[in-house]
Amino acid sequence: MVFKDLKIKSRDITPQNIFERRRQLLKTATFGFVAAGLSTLSLGDAFAATEDNKKKLSSKLNEQYSVKDKLTSYKDITNYNNFYEFGMDKEDPAKYAKSLITRPWTISVEGLVQKPGTFDIDSLMKLSAMEERIYRMRCVEGWSMVIPWNGFALSHLLNKVEPLGSAKYVEFISLADPKQMPGLKSTVLPWPYQEGLRLDEAFNPLTLLTFGLYGEVLPKQNGAPVRVVIPWKYGFKSAKSIVKIRLTDKQPATSWSGVATKEYGFYSNVNPNVSHPRWSQSMEHRIDGRSILSPKIKTEIFNGYGEHVAKLYAGMDLQKFY
Amino acid sequence: MNIILIKRIVFVLALIPLVRLFVLGFFGNLTANPIEFITRSTGTWTITFLSMTLAMSPLRFITGWPQWVQFRKMLGLFCFFYAFLHFTIWYWLDHNLNFTFMINDVIKRPFITMGFIAFVIMSLLALTSNQIAMRFLGVKWKMLHRFIYLIGILGLIHYYWHKQGKNDFAVVYIYAAIIFSLLIIRIPFVKKLIKS
Repeated sequence: MVFKDLKIKSRDITPQNIFERRRQLLKTATFGFVAAGLSTLSLGDAFAATEDNKKKLSSKLNEQYSVKDKLTSYKDITNYNNFYEFGMDKEDPAKYAKSLITRPWTISVEGLVQKPGTFDIDSLMKLSAMEERIYRMRCVEGWSMVIPWNGFALSHLLNKVEPLGSAKYVEFISLADPKQMPGLKSTVLPWPYQEGLRLDEAFNPLTLLTFGLYGEVLPKQNGAPVRVVIPWKYGFKSAKSIVKIRLTDKQPATSWSGVATKEYGFYSNVNPNVSHPRWSQSMEHRIDGRSILSPKIKTEIFNGYGEHVAKLYAGMDLQKFY
Repeated sequence: MNIILIKRIVFVLALIPLVRLFVLGFFGNLTANPIEFITRSTGTWTITFLSMTLAMSPLRFITGWPQWVQFRKMLGLFCFFYAFLHFTIWYWLDHNLNFTFMINDVIKRPFITMGFIAFVIMSLLALTSNQIAMRFLGVKWKMLHRFIYLIGILGLIHYYWHKQGKNDFAVVYIYAAIIFSLLIIRIPFVKKLIKS
């Protein structure tokens, strides 16, 4: 005889395959949790900020736009950052950027465009084929790195929204959320961080909409989940953790030139012949593991990218438009 | 505890900032930009030792313990020692020992001008810190060594202007507060007020 409980309806009984899948899920979840815990223990603080999104990005090296210089190590790229939203010291972003929430993330493109829109980060990443670009990065402070970025030309996104004829500039606005960014307590800069380019600069194929470095999703301290990289300009022009891109007809106000106009101009092209008021820009320390006793190297005009960008500034007085 | 033993302990303690740099360097922990790290570290220690040097006389008249001034010379020389490292690292690793390049920077950049003048004066004080110079200079020695007050002010301006580009003044203000207090305390009127 088979006992039958009439209160249990057949739809309440979990089919075996689903039941087993749940078991599997639980096991995976538990294992994953423990593994994540262990990896935090073994890797320590330096990598904690990146471990939860150490996802691979498949991309193809774009040789035309890549340099052959020796790469800066992943450790140096991810532990020596200027990202004041997370503190003033170079080590602060690696320590404090963990609190940045990169999913969900949207970036809205608005202003003088035919088709304004808000893009979800994951669909934005599929907008064009991901490339690897090995770029020099020259900081206005006098040091430089060589970084393999992953992304695609910003022009792909700009073309998608169809700029109007009246659009002359592009403005980038970074996230400013005091709950996620302890550095916003500081009054060093007005928040949110704002940067900008002339439209033709933004359309230059070197201007990279960037989602990763060293073939992995951007670590939070490097401007996750999306930033721009403009290799012929000083590093601060390359805005991080962007939430808004606006096309305008007037030159946008930019954060650093707002607080110190004489020291940081709108263009801020790398230029050994235009000194910063407090130091010469003719030389740089290359951070690539070389001995500290090795001499500094000469800084090149447009950071060595003159063949691609010098034409943008033909006839302009670069001493005046620094 | 006798004063010679305390002096020896202070001497060893004063070498810790230098030893620390060697240890950090040995383990590759001088950040991604070691030259900047070493330059800034030795600079900060210079102004720290300057504050300590300036603190000795006030401590004597506040606590009534006369031995404080016996540390003054050693602390002053350590201040010069770290300033010397600060300058040398900058001249050597930042300017590749290129004299013209270095002097151009001194002339063109006010914040470096301040630091450089302070260093030159400090060198004179260090050179004349021995007994022979003291005897030779007589009354003038005391006058000469009062220049430490000027060094303190130049050092602060150097630090302040260096941090100005990024409006990052928090630490500068702390040192300014310490050094200004140590200077104000020396004014006879203030001194009298404290004593009473």
